[in-house]
Amino acid sequence: MTETLSNLALGFSIALSPPILFYAFLGCFVGTLVGVLPGVGPLAGISLLLPATFGLDATRAIVMLAGIYYGAMYGGSTTSILMRIPGEAASVMTCIDGYAMARKGRAGAALTIAAVGSYLAGSASVVGLMLLAPPLALFALRFGPPEYFALLMLGLLVLAYMSSGSMLKSLAMATLGLLLGMIGIDQMTGYFRYAYGVVELGDGIGVVPVAVGLFGLAEILATAGLATPPQVVKPKLRELLPTRQEWRESAWPIGRGTVLGFLIGIVPGSAHIIASFVSYAVERKLSKRPEEFGQGAVAGVAGPESANNSATSGAFVPMLALGVPSGPIPAVMLAAMMVHGVAPGPLLIKQQPELFWGFIASMYVGNVVLLILNLPLVGLFVNVLRVPYPILYPSIIAFCILGVYAVNGSVVDVWIMLLMGVLGYLLRKLGFETAPIVLGVVLAPMIEMALRQSLAMSDGQYSIFVSRPIAGTLLLIGLILIILGLKPLVTRGLDWRARLALAEKGQEQP
Amino acid sequence: MPVVLALVLLGFGALVFVLGGKAPRLAAVGWSEWRHAVAIFLVCAFAALALERLGFRVTIALSLAFLLGAVERKGFAVTAAVSIVFAGAAFFLFDTLLRVPLPRGPFGL
Repeated sequence: MTETLSNLALGFSIALSPPILFYAFLGCFVGTLVGVLPGVGPLAGISLLLPATFGLDATRAIVMLAGIYYGAMYGGSTTSILMRIPGEAASVMTCIDGYAMARKGRAGAALTIAAVGSYLAGSASVVGLMLLAPPLALFALRFGPPEYFALLMLGLLVLAYMSSGSMLKSLAMATLGLLLGMIGIDQMTGYFRYAYGVVELGDGIGVVPVAVGLFGLAEILATAGLATPPQVVKPKLRELLPTRQEWRESAWPIGRGTVLGFLIGIVPGSAHIIASFVSYAVERKLSKRPEEFGQGAVAGVAGPESANNSATSGAFVPMLALGVPSGPIPAVMLAAMMVHGVAPGPLLIKQQPELFWGFIASMYVGNVVLLILNLPLVGLFVNVLRVPYPILYPSIIAFCILGVYAVNGSVVDVWIMLLMGVLGYLLRKLGFETAPIVLGVVLAPMIEMALRQSLAMSDGQYSIFVSRPIAGTLLLIGLILIILGLKPLVTRGLDWRARLALAEKGQEQP
Repeated sequence: MPVVLALVLLGFGALVFVLGGKAPRLAAVGWSEWRHAVAIFLVCAFAALALERLGFRVTIALSLAFLLGAVERKGFAVTAAVSIVFAGAAFFLFDTLLRVPLPRGPFGL
């Protein structure tokens, strides 16, 4: 514990230095803008702004990108409460009661509760990250290639299981992502695979054009023609303070949301979306007046908002400690860290303590910045929403092209983004989750390397994956998940994933 | 490994096809925005083709002008102002301030 505290002190000495503080502030501000803008979620936002960090050292770049991530998570709640438009998917549940509160004239209180809940949850979950990541990294030092292969496969299976909608479709998307990740030079033999003479494909398909195409361009292709100006509720500064009753009603939901969000965040999957969904369902179940949910219940804002912010920090645990991304956003963060010469994993904490602890401390600082930044500037962010969508979306497209081109200075990446955009648009229309594709693209080279190293260790015997206890246990858990995921095909009922899919479409409350 | 993955994907595809009997029909999905989608696709394709030939600023200005003027039917002043200012400002921010090299094309633009 003393060691943790002295490390944290080191982290704060880095995070509170003026340049790091500036980049944390900048990241939070830009992230909030990204979260507020419809069509640019945190994933596309981080991907697009990655080139802007190329000139920075690793610590500043990672601090800024993390600021963008949790800034975007917060920004999404502003549009949910004021316009009933979720800026990003995790804010879907906030739309229901947040907007209902806004229509009752309590928009300011809803925004403050969301901000304070996000701040408390974000800060508490960083404590969890700080305490959990180092021992987990120590444990992961026992992992060899078979264990890593089993862990990565489990990550993909959990993501498919935790995604909303059909698990079969999610597994198909994960497989498609893995196949796309096979493009490029075979790391063991040096052969070019599926490059068709395009030299730029030798390095494989980058995660940035895939993420921007599937999440940025696809969203615009689907929504540009539907633009109908939504009504924006503009709260006054003096209305921001909740009443004593509202504070009381939000206290326990914030606490429960924090714990639930962190635990769900550690598990691979679209953690922050599921965390907010589960938190909403739990709050409604525990409420003495469940009929108020949907009509402006304070707990319906406090719980989900705390849960999704807590899950954001939770998702960093496996990424920093094991080097295994637990979802598409950590996958892009992982890629961003690699671009800056940082290899997340068990050795990160030992080899680069300044970066790890500086990053942890900057998350505390970032949460304070978000609280200070968002409430007084809510009017500014609301004004951004008043820019007509027919002017906004062409600008977002131009940013997509710019951001994707700037990563490698390659037009091939722009073409990949375009193809992924069309693919994402069609898949969305047909009810497929696209997040597993992004994770598949990132994990494919790691999975293939771990598989082939394992087989080299065992002279080609696949039994190595079941004869080693950790690998065997992880694969067994994966098998159980597949069986659980396929259960609705037999029982023909609506399981929780089907209900989540309906809730995301606004057809049913959980 | 790619062959195994391709076979697995084929298997999943076949299962989705078999179990898709109860799903809504393709027409019921709603494709009302397809004209916009096609226009955006064409503009992005133009941008990919022109980016290194015409340079960043010219390509982005032309792409924005087409989307705003032809697709969204905005007035000439708005179209020209947004296209030129955005292309210039984005170039200044990324190329000049952040030192991310962007293509200039034969006209130095």
